[in-house]
Amino acid sequence: MSIFIKTLRRDLKMALRNPSSFLNPLLFFVIAISLFPIAISPESHTLSNMAPGIIWVTSMLSVLLSLNALFHYDYDNGVLEQMIISHHPLPLILLAKTTAHWILTGLPIILLSPLLGMALFLDSKNIYILILTLFLATPCLSLIGAIGASLIVGIKNSGMLLSLLILPLYIPILIFGTSAVSQSQFNLPIDGQLYFLGSVLIFSLITSPFVSALALRISLE
Amino acid sequence: MSKLIINDLSCQRGYNLLFTDLSFKLNAGEILRISGANGSGKTSLLKMLAGLNSPESGSISYNENDVKTYQYQLDTFYLGHLPALSPELSCIENLEYLTQLSNQESKSNLDGALSKVGLNNYKNELVGTLSAGQKKRVALSELFISHSKLWLLDEPFTSLDSDGIEIIENQIKKHCTEGGLCILTTHQDCKIENLRELSL
Repeated sequence: MSIFIKTLRRDLKMALRNPSSFLNPLLFFVIAISLFPIAISPESHTLSNMAPGIIWVTSMLSVLLSLNALFHYDYDNGVLEQMIISHHPLPLILLAKTTAHWILTGLPIILLSPLLGMALFLDSKNIYILILTLFLATPCLSLIGAIGASLIVGIKNSGMLLSLLILPLYIPILIFGTSAVSQSQFNLPIDGQLYFLGSVLIFSLITSPFVSALALRISLE
Repeated sequence: MSKLIINDLSCQRGYNLLFTDLSFKLNAGEILRISGANGSGKTSLLKMLAGLNSPESGSISYNENDVKTYQYQLDTFYLGHLPALSPELSCIENLEYLTQLSNQESKSNLDGALSKVGLNNYKNELVGTLSAGQKKRVALSELFISHSKLWLLDEPFTSLDSDGIEIIENQIKKHCTEGGLCILTTHQDCKIENLRELSL
């Protein structure tokens, strides 16, 4: 277990010493959301209806923006090779790296979402649902994204390829995430959506580190 | 007695067959230098021995442990072309993490390893600020704390000055007199005696 903690600490330390790596996607998240009222309408009813979709799509895109760097630097300087030949389980090391990615991108998105939700005229009850769905879904975005990032490691200028690989897998999460917040705006039950997001989280938590490890071994061969 | 056995190894990259039916044995205390033209498969062979690449055919075993086994991974130390150092971390932080990955030594020995390669004053410097030769020294300082018996070193002397080369050569000789094995690739002259040669 100590390799998990060591890798997590190392990745967080590296990110804090090079803050642009995680601040750029967050900046994109805030700027993109703040442009919607200017482009569409500042009217509260219109914005509150569109708020779940706006926040969900921008959070998905900002996670996608940050995914390219997940394994890229470790590949470039040879650390990834050492991780692969280490006697420690590779899935555990990759889970630590994915956890660090979530702490640096998913968690700040969750923390910023109430503020941006208020800016888009979401009421407190729906902001709570938004936080809940993001809390269940952002780890899934990092875990599923790690599979794509490990498949494209070593391929130059592969941002578009990563989007093509990952976006179809993100769509169900996007549908259920936005529909949970939208349905709660009309006081409809959202248990189904929450159960779905919870089960995707558990499934991706169990399978993604192993699939990423396999993909990484194939990519580096 | 430790023994590395390579049997009928073949390697193909794309449509190119780099080598085929390669067999050799390496006993404890022996150093093998792999030579060959650029693209002849030296790095590919070392990566196969490290377990990073799979051979087209053939087998690799160390003390009867297959290349994929946990014991083989514990017994092997591999240093590739790249120094495996993160520029955002200091020399000591990088070494701490790398030794954790390869289950090596405690923190006090890390300071000693850095001073042996002449970088004691640089231990808290970020690796990103070091020269290529200094980075190579940091990476090679792992040789002073490694418990692994089988060392696989890809171009270990690149970027090193003559002092640095001598330090590393002495460490390789010491390791092999203590019963270790070493396989290395280099285009430079090597002052190690009783070196076995393998040409690809």
